[in-house]
Amino acid sequence: MTPSGTPASSPADRAASRRPPLLEMCGISKTFPGVCALDRVAFDLFAGEVHALVGENGAGKSTLIKVLAAVYPSGTYEGEIRVDGDVRRFAEIRDAERAGIAVVHQELSLVGEMTIGENIFLGREPRRLGLIQWDALRGAAQKVLDELQLSLSPEAKVSQLGIGQQHLVEIAKALSRDARILILDEPTAALTDSEAEILFAILERLRARGAGIVYISHKLGEVFRIADRITVLRDGCVVSTDAKSALDPSRVIARMVGREVTDLFPAATRTPGEVAFEARGLFHVRRGEVLGIAGLVGAGRSELLMRLFGAQDGAEVFIDGERAGIRRPSDAIAHGIAFVTEDRKRYGLLLDQPVAMNVTLAKLALSRRFFTDADEETADAERAQRELRIKTPSVFVQAMTLSGGNQQKVVLAKWLLTNPKVLFLDEPTRGIDVGAKQEIYAEINRLAAKGLAIVLVSSELPEVLALSDRIVVLHEGRVTGEFTRAEATPEAVMACATGRVRAA
Amino acid sequence: MEDGVTRSRGHAVARRTGSGLRAYTMFFALAAIWIFFQWRTVSDLYPYGLFLHPLNFANLLKQMSVTGVLAVGMLLVIVARQIDLSVGSLVGLAGGVAAMTQGYGLAASLASAIAIGVAAGALQGALAARANIPAFIVTLGGLLTWRGVILYLSKGETIPIRLPLFRSLGVSLVHPAAGLALAAIASAFVTWRSLRRRASPARLVLPPALMFLFVAHMNLQGGVPLPVLVLVVVALIGAVVTRNTTFGRYLYAIGSNPEAARLSGINIERHILGAFCFLGALTGVAAILHTGRVGSSSPDAGSLMELDAIAACVIGGTSLMGGRGTVSGALLGALIMASLDNGMSLLSVENATQYIIKGAVLVAAVGFDMAGRRRE
Repeated sequence: MTPSGTPASSPADRAASRRPPLLEMCGISKTFPGVCALDRVAFDLFAGEVHALVGENGAGKSTLIKVLAAVYPSGTYEGEIRVDGDVRRFAEIRDAERAGIAVVHQELSLVGEMTIGENIFLGREPRRLGLIQWDALRGAAQKVLDELQLSLSPEAKVSQLGIGQQHLVEIAKALSRDARILILDEPTAALTDSEAEILFAILERLRARGAGIVYISHKLGEVFRIADRITVLRDGCVVSTDAKSALDPSRVIARMVGREVTDLFPAATRTPGEVAFEARGLFHVRRGEVLGIAGLVGAGRSELLMRLFGAQDGAEVFIDGERAGIRRPSDAIAHGIAFVTEDRKRYGLLLDQPVAMNVTLAKLALSRRFFTDADEETADAERAQRELRIKTPSVFVQAMTLSGGNQQKVVLAKWLLTNPKVLFLDEPTRGIDVGAKQEIYAEINRLAAKGLAIVLVSSELPEVLALSDRIVVLHEGRVTGEFTRAEATPEAVMACATGRVRAA
Repeated sequence: MEDGVTRSRGHAVARRTGSGLRAYTMFFALAAIWIFFQWRTVSDLYPYGLFLHPLNFANLLKQMSVTGVLAVGMLLVIVARQIDLSVGSLVGLAGGVAAMTQGYGLAASLASAIAIGVAAGALQGALAARANIPAFIVTLGGLLTWRGVILYLSKGETIPIRLPLFRSLGVSLVHPAAGLALAAIASAFVTWRSLRRRASPARLVLPPALMFLFVAHMNLQGGVPLPVLVLVVVALIGAVVTRNTTFGRYLYAIGSNPEAARLSGINIERHILGAFCFLGALTGVAAILHTGRVGSSSPDAGSLMELDAIAACVIGGTSLMGGRGTVSGALLGALIMASLDNGMSLLSVENATQYIIKGAVLVAAVGFDMAGRRRE
């Protein structure tokens, strides 16, 4: 499991700090129905250290964090957590918080309609005789913001802040708990470069103050800039834990993926045909073409697809050059558009229903029939199971029992059954393991070769760069750049995504 | 009563039963209730007990048919993650209107009851689905409004049913020979289906045997009560709607995840509206059965029937969170509730105690169910 370094502290670290580690996790194993998410993972953290945790989506980073933060309480996993050398069993999230562990999740947990101050102290407002002491709350919130050198008013409503500022507030909220162990999950995903600099400065001060920081990021540049040690996770196992000085980015990537990176994205050459779909002023996509839409989280990519699909107000688009009014999703589907939405649990699946029912739902709705045909549905579902290699004991088990990658294939199967001409894919590989990812990439190439027009939204830049024939970059809902595959470099795309450059 | 736990390949596309074990536990609960009441009603006059005696059992089933018809409609509404608290008041209103329109003939009278039900369902469904007012609030308003309307229309008076055919709908018996003929037809159909699906021998033999046993039992007191036949027809329609139509399928999809259903191209508003209209029509049918059986329409008729219907669904495994529930389960729930009602009345249990026991059984059944699901 550990080709280099050791899962615990390296000799150099031990020399630097003779105290027990601030945090030690040993032999952590966690299984879900059908998946082993973590397999005897060891992880430790010293005071005054930034320890980066890297790995592909689905490698187990989030699961490990959830174990530590008691989202999965003690007893639902195997292994031991020690804080300051003492074994701790957290029964609920509050226990972990009391032990000084604070997590800033990728998804914001702020209440938009409340002020910054109210959000920071939500659930633990200063009280006297059961009444909230508003002045004390404001004062304390101001103090937290000052410490972070954020020029924000505690009175400001969170919904009026930009997405990057909201993330900084989220971090302020975590720090206001006097956290000694701070966990940041993709903290810069939604930040502009200047906001990221503010964050790095904050982390530097926290480190100097003796806090331990677990830093999760896909951006290896950042990781190599601020981390002291780097742990690589893959398929639920620790591949290695090393001091930064012993590593370089290409070795980390090789360990994350478990093989040379080049074969992650199957090669494909194709010649796109006529324009199949056009949203005037935004983008168009041709038959047999993959159009990537890049941008930061919150740039409005998902919202754009939702609108074009008729899920929000409705939109006017051009399909095969003809004007088509789309007022609701059924209109879009009738025009041959299919939409594999992000967040499959929220938008894609009927989790408590059988796989077969999920697979045939959109086709049924499109058919406008009154009676169902169980034999036909079973045949459709089983064919999809074979063709997309969906791993399930039968198509009659509940969709929630499948792993993330297989759930994603179920959603894809649902849409392929409608025989679409245009396929929207929104974060199709989020949170699924590398193997399933590769299968989905191959499927995307196969579908494009069959003549489908594909619009791919992904937060993983390498994925967009490798799969797309053309790339459109969004920033705050507007197109700020367009590139061919040859022109697109990560630097150029990111410059447009952060709004620094317009290259349309 | 149709097959409860179908494990055949075809119908598992939209598998409705949570776990086979759960369905069986409710059967055992029913059996325990029956055995208990049978034992406690043993007397000199009825040495084997009165409870399951044809005379009493027919009575029990007549009571159950009204709740059962409502429960089938309620099931569709709850499966779509909605609720209807107004059906009790609507039974009163539809029954009252039917009684008041007797002068125009039987057909007009019955049609007006069903039309009132559909109209009220459509109004409430539109308010819930299109105006986005929570169904709980809309139908809580309906509970008060429809009761007010019938009090106003009837001026608070009880209206007797004069049409003999109307009364007979609630009380008359199917001719014994006709009952056996129906059992034969149903058996032939069930057997044909079982053979086609290569069902196990037990499944092949048991349903027809139970049907003949039931008809023979009822024939001992003159025949199968007509309301029971109506309930069987309603149940069959409900089973087909839930299992073999896209309308039913979409209600489960909407109840499971409305957002995913909408993005799959399902018109949520239209289908929720449809579910409320379906329940409205069945409320009209239930009003006819109830009014006919009682022989008159009183302004407070149907009070608390909505709770019996909801309780029947829930005891039968329907989830109030939507997406989960079966017609056979709802009927089983209705039968359990009716058995408790009837049995406790036979034992002259005080009214107060009856309410307490029924309430406790409802909560216990759901608590048991939740515990079972956690273990899954």
